[in-house]
Amino acid sequence: MPDKGVLELTVAEAAARIAATELSAAEYFSAWHEAALGDELNAYLFQVDHPAEHQTIDGPLGGIPVAVKDIFATEGSPTTAGSKILEGYIPPYTAAAVRKLDAAGARVLGKTNMDEFAMGSSNENSAYGPVLNPWDRTRVPGGSSGGSAAVVAGGLAPCALGTDTGGSIRQPAALCGIVGLKPTYGAISRYGMIAFASSLDQCGPLTRDVTDAALLLASLQGRDPCDSTSVGIEGGIVAPSRDDLQGLRFGVPRELARDQVDAGVREVFEATLKRIEELGGVITEVGLPNAEHGISAYYVIAPAEASSNLARYDGVRYGMRAGGDGDLLEMYETTRAEGFGDEVKRRIMLGTYALSSGYYEAYYGQAQKVRTRIAEDFRTAFGEVDFVVTPTSPSVAFGLGEKTDDPLSMYLNDFFTVPMSLAGIPAISLPAGLAAPEGGGPQLPVGFQIAAPAFAEQKLLEASFALEQAIGFDAKPGEGSGG
Amino acid sequence: MAELEAVIGLEIHVQLATKTKMFCGCELSFGDEPNTHTCPICLAHPGVLPVPNEQAILYALQIGAALGCEIAPRSIFHRKQYFYPDSPKAYQISQYDIPICGAGKLGQVRIHRAHLEEDAAKTIHVGDSGRIHGSAASLVDFNRGGTPLVEIVTEPDLREAAEAAEWARLLRETVRQLGVSDVNMEEGSLRVDANVSVRPAGSQELGTKTELKNMNSFRFLQRGIEAELERQRDLVGAGGTVEQETLHFDPASGELTSLRSKEEAHDYRYFPEPDLVPIVPSEAMLREAREALPELPAARIERYVDELGLVRDVAATLAADPETAAYFEQANTDAAEVEPKVVANWVTGELAAALRAAGGGSAAESKVTPAALAELVTIVGRKEISHGSGKTVLAALVAEGGDAQAIVDREGLAMSDGDGDLAAIVAQAIENDPDAAAEIRAGNGKAIGAIVGAVMRETKGRADGGEINRLIREQLGL
Repeated sequence: MPDKGVLELTVAEAAARIAATELSAAEYFSAWHEAALGDELNAYLFQVDHPAEHQTIDGPLGGIPVAVKDIFATEGSPTTAGSKILEGYIPPYTAAAVRKLDAAGARVLGKTNMDEFAMGSSNENSAYGPVLNPWDRTRVPGGSSGGSAAVVAGGLAPCALGTDTGGSIRQPAALCGIVGLKPTYGAISRYGMIAFASSLDQCGPLTRDVTDAALLLASLQGRDPCDSTSVGIEGGIVAPSRDDLQGLRFGVPRELARDQVDAGVREVFEATLKRIEELGGVITEVGLPNAEHGISAYYVIAPAEASSNLARYDGVRYGMRAGGDGDLLEMYETTRAEGFGDEVKRRIMLGTYALSSGYYEAYYGQAQKVRTRIAEDFRTAFGEVDFVVTPTSPSVAFGLGEKTDDPLSMYLNDFFTVPMSLAGIPAISLPAGLAAPEGGGPQLPVGFQIAAPAFAEQKLLEASFALEQAIGFDAKPGEGSGG
Repeated sequence: MAELEAVIGLEIHVQLATKTKMFCGCELSFGDEPNTHTCPICLAHPGVLPVPNEQAILYALQIGAALGCEIAPRSIFHRKQYFYPDSPKAYQISQYDIPICGAGKLGQVRIHRAHLEEDAAKTIHVGDSGRIHGSAASLVDFNRGGTPLVEIVTEPDLREAAEAAEWARLLRETVRQLGVSDVNMEEGSLRVDANVSVRPAGSQELGTKTELKNMNSFRFLQRGIEAELERQRDLVGAGGTVEQETLHFDPASGELTSLRSKEEAHDYRYFPEPDLVPIVPSEAMLREAREALPELPAARIERYVDELGLVRDVAATLAADPETAAYFEQANTDAAEVEPKVVANWVTGELAAALRAAGGGSAAESKVTPAALAELVTIVGRKEISHGSGKTVLAALVAEGGDAQAIVDREGLAMSDGDGDLAAIVAQAIENDPDAAAEIRAGNGKAIGAIVGAVMRETKGRADGGEINRLIREQLGL
């Protein structure tokens, strides 16, 4: 095998070389640390000092640097969740997912920028400024895990940890041309993941390829006594190796075949369906009759839970405090007025309203019913097909500021990803090709989403691996594109 | 106008005496340095999650069993939102529409429900107002925050203030016997709120109620309800109407002050707690809860009569309160070679008399441990000391505690070594008093007293009277 520069190695390749002592863990970390210091995308909010590392570190991820979304509590280092209200907050404990990675031998490289409290699809809601898309710095990287997607796509980290509530791993992975996996709700502990919408939040990997996603998931998954809702994945996860799709059925939901999808995205999607058929897979239409109400239900449930989860930020025990000269109420009000951004305030108000006495049934109760129906739709669909496939996002990366004044249009970015979140099922976004944006311009990555039944991650990864090999996506930012 | 009848329901918060808090591993404490029993979870740091305390769930099931409540096969936690410094998450994890314990009954009062929740932190408002508004500063102690609570809600079945206080005492005694709470009203481990309304006697409809908050003794509970009933009766009697509000009763002044009116009532915006899965008690947990129920007095009396062979009135005396029953049962277990009825007679007879002579008090609270009493009745049973000496030892145990054998040794009360010696002393006494011996042989039973007295003098009272009698008769060939 010809020698690649160490930054060109996938996580699996690097881990194998470190384990075989062909590569020094310290040098490998140094190389990535150096690369990360060159961040021009505003993707990192915090980077570790170069730690003195041993030559090898035990574990399946021994010696692998990982970029961690700033929504994970990390003991001793700043954790802001992209919000001003947590400015200066140093958690006294570390999130379970980060501890798992650490136990597997990985080391935190830095904390990545994100939409405030994971509320957003463009990363423009960060209190610390937007992240730039490495393919075109005038465009957004997607969100809310925009920093995590940008560091992997932009060569600033070999892999990253993100969270997905309604598409926050898959959509930025699609817009940045990398792999993003949202596991089944309950597959990975949420302990230490700053809560946005507790019944939807799930952490997962953002990686260069499917094998790396499997490698990270293998270490991340598992039941955690600190999270009552976690169950892990029975049988664990192994590296995928399948090279065909013989006998597998892929359902395209007719309700999600919307005309809002950009022509370029549709073209890549159709081409990918052809690839599936070439590999022996069967494409059929499938019904998800309630999926199109997903966005409406999601934007009631998620803000409702958020309004509760974000009530604790009062300036008393940690984080930012403002207006300390007046009485307690004035301090609360000033702290929250100055500490939260517009989108966060919008959702807190929406959610508070939805839970109010007299409105609960009409909003929250109704949204939960829709959610149950969507989950049933998927169960029915999975009786007919093995996977449900859609474009990850209706468009390629859009321009910075393009949708900031139109929250509804921004929310529609999650049209294809929200139904899976509501159903709690696993879904992956694979880079499937390039397409020009609607208004013209350089070619940008397009994501292909595959969803599977709950806890069928191994099957999902196997199919994704086979498809990934067939697609052979090898475009990189800065090669004939913008940037 | 018809007489106005009182309608009273109670809401009782019971702090559970678990080792740790409801949703984290912090130890429970009372009176410790403020904010020394806290962690990221009970301080509501970003990202933390609650994990339910299994012991607390078991205690709640025990309370439910003791109150005869229906146990929900699947109950859920809800978030109750309110913004206040004593609530670091700005919501309390509680139960709402599906509580762990449903309908039940204690005495003549129906239980509406009993549910699990977590206690708030303690706030201290510095300044003259003593309230958050107008205080110079507010201090928060998070040690109490997250303590497991069971809230018990009754149906409005009580009709008098005194009846309410009496029933609350019964509830406290019931919970105390379960051993799941300290039930100390002054320390706040038992807190009682009362919902009070009046209606024309005979009416089936409920009047508008007011809620009296947090009365920290049964006396204040009764006085608070009396004061509020008087206020409502005066108001309605004068043609006014009762407004729904929450009231505070100040026992010092006897004044009722309004804490908040209906308009100011909170909208708690309850919704199912997404961080927790439903409580589904296993068969084993339900069985454990039922088996942990203490025995009620009536059942205990029957057991003492049937299984231990006690006479009914002795059994009733022992079974009346759980401490005396426990004391007896421990002593009976320790004194394995003595008949239960003998041990029972010592507890209700000799020990009770000795305690009375020493100024009163119960066996359980005395210095006489069940083990010491067991040792004493065993020694007497083996005839190592006389019954009379046994009383002497018991008096010493009541006064100073310790163990029976040590007192026997110290006081030299052991009967002279064995039957051989005693038989020789008896023989000597018969020989010394031939007249008495002749009268006994002639059938004058009373004459035996002279010889017994002589033996007692010789043995300094350590010999057993019954044994002396037996030996005299034996040696005289009777």
